[in-house]
Amino acid sequence: MARTTLKRVHGYLAEFDSASDVYHASEQIRDAGFQRWDVHSPFPIHGLNEAMGLKRSILPWFVFFGGAAGITTAFCLAYITQVGIYPTVVQSKPANIFTTAAFFPIMFELTILFSAFTTVFGCFALMGLPRLNHPLFAAKTFKKFSDDGFFICIEARDPKFHQAETRALLEGLGGKNIELVEDEL
Amino acid sequence: MAQQTATASHSSSSQPRILDREPLVLNNRSYSWITNRICGIVENRQPKLWWILFIPSVILTGIMAFCFVYLISTGVGVWGQKQPVAWAWDITNFVFWIGIGHAGTLISAILFLTRQKWRTAVNRASEAMTLFAVMCAGLFPAFHVGRVWMVWFLAPVPNANAIWQNFKSPLLWDVFAVSTYFTVSVMFWFIGLVPDLATLRDRCKPGLRRTLYGIFALGWRGGNRQWNHYEMAYLLLAALSTPLVLSVHSVVSFDFATSVVPGWHTTIFPPYFVAGAIFGGFAMVLTLMIPARRIYGLYDLITEKHIDNMAKIILLTGTIVGYGYSMEFFMAYYSGNQYELQTFQLRGLYGPSVWYYYCMFGFNVFVPQLFWFKWCRKNLFVVLFVCMCVNAGMWYERYVIIVTTLERHFMPGSWRVFDATWVDNWTFIGTFGFFMMNFLLFLRFLPVIAVAEVKAVLPEANPHHDDHHEKGVHELEIEYGKVKVS
Repeated sequence: MARTTLKRVHGYLAEFDSASDVYHASEQIRDAGFQRWDVHSPFPIHGLNEAMGLKRSILPWFVFFGGAAGITTAFCLAYITQVGIYPTVVQSKPANIFTTAAFFPIMFELTILFSAFTTVFGCFALMGLPRLNHPLFAAKTFKKFSDDGFFICIEARDPKFHQAETRALLEGLGGKNIELVEDEL
Repeated sequence: MAQQTATASHSSSSQPRILDREPLVLNNRSYSWITNRICGIVENRQPKLWWILFIPSVILTGIMAFCFVYLISTGVGVWGQKQPVAWAWDITNFVFWIGIGHAGTLISAILFLTRQKWRTAVNRASEAMTLFAVMCAGLFPAFHVGRVWMVWFLAPVPNANAIWQNFKSPLLWDVFAVSTYFTVSVMFWFIGLVPDLATLRDRCKPGLRRTLYGIFALGWRGGNRQWNHYEMAYLLLAALSTPLVLSVHSVVSFDFATSVVPGWHTTIFPPYFVAGAIFGGFAMVLTLMIPARRIYGLYDLITEKHIDNMAKIILLTGTIVGYGYSMEFFMAYYSGNQYELQTFQLRGLYGPSVWYYYCMFGFNVFVPQLFWFKWCRKNLFVVLFVCMCVNAGMWYERYVIIVTTLERHFMPGSWRVFDATWVDNWTFIGTFGFFMMNFLLFLRFLPVIAVAEVKAVLPEANPHHDDHHEKGVHELEIEYGKVKVS
C-alpha cells in the first residue's frame, strides 16, 4: 500500500548575492504590496526594516510592564516582610514607610531582573521561537543563510502570491536559485 | 609618495578631508572566511596547547573542590581568619573575581550603546569570561557563611523560623545584585549566541552535535522579521545592563562603605570600585585574548587596533583608580579623624602589611602608565606584562582594603596580622583552574567571536556600500590629481 505524502506550497525562496542586492529587492517587493514575506540574512542589515516596511518592534512596551512588575514585587517583598510581618528596627532605620530608602537597591535590581526576563522571553515570543522545524530548513540552498547567503522568501499565504508571477518577479529582481519550498503535511 | 600625500593634504585647506578609517577586519575577509575561521575552532581538533592547559585546569578544579569539602567537613576555621580579621582571603577573592566579571558586560552593553563597533571582536569571549568569573566569585561568600547547606536562607523564601531577610542590609543587597548580574549576563550572552549556534548547526553533519546546537539555536532562521525584534531586545538588554554593571560593584562597595570601620566608611568607594572593576576586567580580557588570538590565528579579527583600544581603557581606568587611592589618603588627612588617618598610615606608611600597599600602588597606578606610549601598546609582551601586573595589583587592592584595615582595629589588644593557611592558598589557586577550565570548554564548544556581529561590521554589510562609496584620503588624492597613479 503506497503511502501518499501531502504537500503544501510554502513559498518561493530566492537567493541574492549581497546585502545591497537584497536590500534593493526588498524595496521592490514592499512596493509591489506583499505582506507575507521575509528576508533571511546572516546578520541584521541596517535599514532593512524600512526597506521591508516593517514597524518598530513593540517589545519595549512589554519590558515597561515587566520592569513595573519588578519594582512592585521588590517593594512589596521588602515592605511586607520588614514592616508588616516581622518589623525589625536595625541599622537605625524605623520599621515604617520611611525605611523604603533602604530598599532602593533591591528595588533597582529586581526592576532590572524582571525587565531582562521580559526582554528575552518577550523577544522569543515575538520571533516565534523556539520552533525547531520549519519548511525552509528543507530547502536546498537555505543553509547558506547562516554563512554568507541572502534570501528572500515570499510565502504562498500572501494574497498576492501567484506561482508564475511571483517567480518572475523574483527573477526580475536578480534572485538566483529560485526554489519552490514545500511543506509536508 | 608619502611626502607627496602630506603636502597635498596641507595645500587644500578649504575642505576637511575624509580620513580613512582603520578597518575592523583586516585583509578584506569575506563572510564565509569569518564563518570558517571561527567555526573551525570548534569543529577541528584542538591544538596540543589546549590539552596542556586543560588538564592542569581540571586538576586545580579538583583541588578547589577538595578544599571546599575539607572546609565543609571541618569548619571555616581551616581558613586563616580569626578575630579581628573575619573577612580575609575569601572576601578578597570574591571582590577580585566579581571585579573581573565587569569587563564583559561593559564591552557588550556600554560599548554597544556608545556605538563602539570594535567591541564585536571581543564581546563574546569577555561575556563568557564574565560568567565564569562571577561563578568563581559566588563560591566564596557561599562557603564563608559557614554552614553552606544553610545558604538558601539568603533567598527570600518563607522558612520554618518565620524570619525574613534583612532587606536593609548591604549584604542582602549584594546577594540580589550579584545574582541579578549573573542571570542577566547569562541571558545577554545566550541571546547573542543564538545566531551563531544556528551557524554551527547548519555546518554540522546530522548527529548529536547538530541536535544539541539545533536545540539551543531554537530554530533560528535569520529572518528580518526576527532580526527586528532581536535587535530591539539586544538594545534593551544593553540599556538594562549598563546601570546594572555600574550598580553591582557599587553595591559590593556598600558592604564596606556603609559600615563604620575607619578606612571603609567613605563615599568615594562606589565610583572607585567600579573603575577598578573595569580596569581589572579589561586586563583579564587581554590576558586571555592575546594568547587565544595567537593560538587560533585570529589576527585579522582581533587586530592591533582592538588591543590598542583596550590598553587605552586600562590606562584611563588605572589612572582613575590612582586618583581614588590618592584622594582616599587625602580625605583621611583632611577629615582630621585620627582613626581614619591612622588606618591609612598603617596601610601605606608603616603598618605590618605595607608591602601589599606598595604592590597595589605600583602595579595598578605606575605600571599602566606605560600605555601612554604607542610602542608599549603595540608590543604584546609589554601589554601582557602590564595586564599581569594589573591582575595581581587588583588582588592586592582588595587585600589592602579588606585585610589590612581589619588587622588594626579600635582595640590594640585584639590586633593581629592575618596569616593565610594552605586551604586559603589552594582554594584561591583552584578557582583559577575552575575559571580556566570553563573558559577552555567555552573555546572548545562555542564560537569565541560573535560571527554574526563581526559580519555586520564589514563594509559590504552596509546595504548602501555599492551606492555611494565613501572615499578615503588616498582615493580623493587620485581623483583630484594630486597623486599620480602609475
